[in-house]
Amino acid sequence: MTVVIELWCVAALLIVSVLGLTTARWRVGTMIVYGACLAISAIALFAALIRLVAGGPATPEIVLPLGLPWVGTHFRVDALAAFFLVVINLGGATASLYALGYGRHETARQRVLPFYPAFLGAMNLVVLADDAFTFLFSWEFMSLTSWALVMAHHRVASNVRAGYVYLVMASFGTMALLLAFGLLAGPQGGYTFAAMRAEFHAPLTEALVLALTLLGAGSKAGLVPLHVWLPLAHPAAPSHVSALMSGVMTKVAVYGFIRIVLDLLGPPSWWSSMVVLTLAAATALLGVLYALMEHDLKRLLAYHTVENIGIIFIGLGLAFAFRAYGMDAAAALALTAALFHVFNHSVFKSLLFFGAGAVETGTEERDMEQLGGLIHRMPLASLAFLVGCVAISALPPLNGFVSEWLTFQAILLSPALPQWGLKILIPAVGAMLALSAALAAACFVKAFGVTFLGRPRSAVVSQAGETDDFSLAAMFFLASLCLLAGILPGFVINALAPLTQNLVSGHMPLQSASSWFAIVPITASRSSYDGLLVFVFIALAALLSAAAIHRLASHALRRAPAWDCGYPDASVRTQYTAGSFAQPIRRVFGTVVFQARESLTIPPPGDASPAVLRVELHDPVWEGIYAPIARAVGASADWLNRFQFLTIRGYLSIVFAALVLLLLVLALWL
Amino acid sequence: MLLVLLLAPALVGLVGKVKARLLRRRGAPILQPYRDLMRLLRKEVVLADNASWLFRATPYLIFATTWVAAALVPSFATGLLFSWSADLIAIIALLASARFFLALAGMDVGTSFGGIGSSREVMIASLAEPAMIMVVFTLALIAGSTQLSTIAAFMASPAVGLRVSLGLALIALIIVALAENARIPVDNPATHLELTMVHEAMVLEYSGRHLAVIELAAALKLLLYISLIACLFLPWGLAPTGHGAGTTFVGIISYIAKLAFGGVFLAIFETAIAKMRVFRVPQFLGAALMLGLLAVLLRFVSASL
Repeated sequence: MTVVIELWCVAALLIVSVLGLTTARWRVGTMIVYGACLAISAIALFAALIRLVAGGPATPEIVLPLGLPWVGTHFRVDALAAFFLVVINLGGATASLYALGYGRHETARQRVLPFYPAFLGAMNLVVLADDAFTFLFSWEFMSLTSWALVMAHHRVASNVRAGYVYLVMASFGTMALLLAFGLLAGPQGGYTFAAMRAEFHAPLTEALVLALTLLGAGSKAGLVPLHVWLPLAHPAAPSHVSALMSGVMTKVAVYGFIRIVLDLLGPPSWWSSMVVLTLAAATALLGVLYALMEHDLKRLLAYHTVENIGIIFIGLGLAFAFRAYGMDAAAALALTAALFHVFNHSVFKSLLFFGAGAVETGTEERDMEQLGGLIHRMPLASLAFLVGCVAISALPPLNGFVSEWLTFQAILLSPALPQWGLKILIPAVGAMLALSAALAAACFVKAFGVTFLGRPRSAVVSQAGETDDFSLAAMFFLASLCLLAGILPGFVINALAPLTQNLVSGHMPLQSASSWFAIVPITASRSSYDGLLVFVFIALAALLSAAAIHRLASHALRRAPAWDCGYPDASVRTQYTAGSFAQPIRRVFGTVVFQARESLTIPPPGDASPAVLRVELHDPVWEGIYAPIARAVGASADWLNRFQFLTIRGYLSIVFAALVLLLLVLALWL
Repeated sequence: MLLVLLLAPALVGLVGKVKARLLRRRGAPILQPYRDLMRLLRKEVVLADNASWLFRATPYLIFATTWVAAALVPSFATGLLFSWSADLIAIIALLASARFFLALAGMDVGTSFGGIGSSREVMIASLAEPAMIMVVFTLALIAGSTQLSTIAAFMASPAVGLRVSLGLALIALIIVALAENARIPVDNPATHLELTMVHEAMVLEYSGRHLAVIELAAALKLLLYISLIACLFLPWGLAPTGHGAGTTFVGIISYIAKLAFGGVFLAIFETAIAKMRVFRVPQFLGAALMLGLLAVLLRFVSASL
C-alpha cells in the first residue's frame, strides 16, 4: 500500500516537473509548482510516517515492466526505507513551503521550476528502489537534476566551476557504485536486492564492495577526502535547493551506504568498522575546522554538513564494530544514534539554510564580513536561526544534543569489544567527536554572532527587512521540530526500533516504559536523560529568576552609548569580524591542519599606505590529492596529444606494433 | 537547590578573603559578594543603544542553565530526586549552553571588547570541553555509569581502590575547572586590563540587575565545579539514599568543610602562580586533554588501571 502511494507521489512530482516547464514563463508558475510539491510531499510524508510507526514486515515488492527487460523495476518499502522517506519528504515539504515565498525572488525561474520536482521525485525513487538497476538509475537521475539546479545561475563563474567539480565527482561516485553492485550481483547476475541478500559474499568481495561503497556513497555524502564538491555546489544552488542538497541528499547517500553495507553485504567484519571510524572521525574534525575558517554563510553551512556526516558515520562505524562481535543491543544503540542524527541534521540544516536564504534575499550578500546587526532588521528569522544554531551545536534541551549523547553512550560500551585495534581507536574517536562538538559551538557562535549581532558592517544591511510569511512558517515549523525531538526523543527512538531490529537484530529498550519521557539507552542505573524535565527545569528557573528580579530589583533602565574607553563614536570596523573571531582557533588548530600563516606589513613612518595583514591557508585535501590528480591528467593529455600529428607511416607502425604485441600475449597466454 | 544558591557568593567571598590575607591585605569580608549583589540589584540598568532582545534575555538563560546544572550535582547526599533526568554529560552540555549564550551576548553590542572576550572564550572552551568529556569517560568506565549519583556512590565504596587513571583524571579535571571558571592562570577574575580579559570582557556591557544575575551564575559555576570535584574525589560524608537526619547533618557539615577546603586551595593556587599569555593557554588545556585521553586509554586496555 505504502509503495503504491509513494510511487504515485513520484509520478505526480514528475508531472509537476513537466508542468513547471510550461508555466515557468509566468510568475504564477512558482505558486503552482511549489504548492503542488508541498501537497505531494506532505502526502508522501504521512504515508511513510504511518508505515514507520505502524511497523510490521516489509511490504511485498512491486515489479513494473520497465528498465532492463529480464529484471524489470522493483520497488519495496521496509522500515529503513520508510524512515528515509520520512526524512526526504519532510525536507521536501518544508523546502516547498519555504520556496512559496523565497521562490518569488528567483530570476531564473525556467531553470529551477522544472528540475525541482524532478529532484524530489528522484530522491524518493532511490529509497524506493529494490534492484540495482533502478537504484543506480534513480541515483544518477538525482545527481543530474541537482546538478541542473546548481547550474541555475550559470553566468556566475564560481557556479560553473562548482557544477564542473560536482559533475566529475558525481559520475565518479556512480561508477564506484556500479562496480560495487556488479560485485554484489556475483557471476549469476542477480540484480535484485533480494538475490544479493541471499548470496554469500567472499571476504575479498566484501572488502572491495566496502571500499567502492565508501567511494560512491561517501562522495555523495561528503566524507573527507571526497567532500570537495560539497562546499562548492551546495551554496551555488538557490537556498531551498541548498537546504535539500545539504539536509536531504547527503542523507540519501547515507541510506545507500547503510543499504549496501549493512543490509546487502551481510554481517560486517571488525576491520570494516576500523576503516569507517577512522574516516568518520577525520571527517568530523576536518569538516568543522573548514567551517570555522569560512566567512561565506552558505559555504560555512555546507562545510558544517561534512562535520555532521562524520558524526553519523561514527555512529555507523560503532554499529559495525558491535555487530561484528554480536553485541546486538550496543549495535542497536549506535545505529539509533546515527539515524537519530540523520533526522536531526536534516531538520536543523534545512532550517539554517532557509535562514541563510532569508539573509541573502534581504541583503543580497552572503559574506559575513559585510553583515551584522540583522537581529534588529529581521527579529523573527533570527530567532528561528538561533534555534537552529543551538540545536546544531549539540546543546540541551534541543535535538542535536540527544543524538550526540546517544553516540557517547555507545562509545562508553566499547571497552567490552575484544579487538585491540578497536580498543585503541575508539577512545581517540571519542576525543575527536568531543572536540568537533565543542568546535561546532564555536563555529555557530561565529555564524550567528557575526551575521545577526553587533552593528551593521556595510550599507546592505539597512535595506533588509523581515522575510516573508511562507519562509517564516517553514523556519518556525522546523525550529519547533528541533525542540520537540529534543524534549521527547523517546518517540523517535521507538519508531527506529523495528529498523534496528531488521539491520542488526537488536533494538533499544522500549522508551515509553520510563517515567517522564526519559530515555534510557541500556539500563536506568547506567545512564538516562530526560529532555522534557531539563527543558521544564530551565524554563522554570529562568521564569522564576526573572520574576523574582522584576519583583525585588530596580526597574530602571537607561539607554546609553556602549562603553568606548574614552574614544567616542568608534567606527563599526573596530568590532570583531568573522576572520578575527576565528583567529585564536586558527592559530591553535589551523597552523597544524591548514599551515595557516599570517604576515603583517606595516609601512614605515611617513608612508601613507595602509598596513596589510595577510592570512594564508592551504587546503590539505585539495593540494594533497586533487591538485596532483588534475596535474597528472593534464600531463598525460599533453603527452597523448602528440599522437594526433603523426605521419601515415607512424600510424601504420603503431597498428603493426599493437598487433604483434597482442599476438605475443595470446601466444604466451595459451 | 536553594542551598547552592545561598552558599555560592560566600564561596567567592572566601576565595577573595584568603587571597587578600595571603597578600597580607585585610581583604573584604566574606559576606561582601552578597552586598555587591544587593547593590547591583538596586541600581538601574544602563543598556547600550543597539543591544537586542537577546542581550536582555541572556542573563536569565545563563542563570537558569547554570542553576539547573548545579542542582544536579550531589552536594551532601546521593540519590537526588531528579538525578536521573540528566547525567554528567548533560550537566557539561548545560554549562556549554550557558557559555554559548554568554559568548553571543558578548558579540551583541558590537564593541571590540565583547568580540575579544567571546572569541577567546570559545577557543578555551573548544579545548576544555573535550578534556572534560574525557574525564567523564574515565569516571563512567570505572563506575559503569554516567549518572553522577551512581558514580559518587561508587567512588565512596571501597571497590574503587587506587587507580592511575583516576589520578590523571583528577589533574585534568582541576585544569578544566580553572579554565571554566576564568581563574588564574587562564583568566584573571580581578583584572580589567583589556588584553588579558576573557570572561570580564564579555560581560563588560552588563550593568545593574543583569550583571547581578551573571555574577551569581559565575559564583554558582565555581561552586558546581568544587562540588563536582568533592563528590567525585572526596566522597566522604555523602549521605546515602534512604538516610536518617543524623547522616544528613554529617553530610551538610562535611560538604561545607569540603567547599571551604576547595576555596582555600584555589586561593593558594591562584596566589602562587602567574597568569599565562593567551596563546599559552591552549598548551595548558591540551595537556588536560591528553591526560584525559591517556586515562581513558588506560581504562580501555586494562580494567584495573
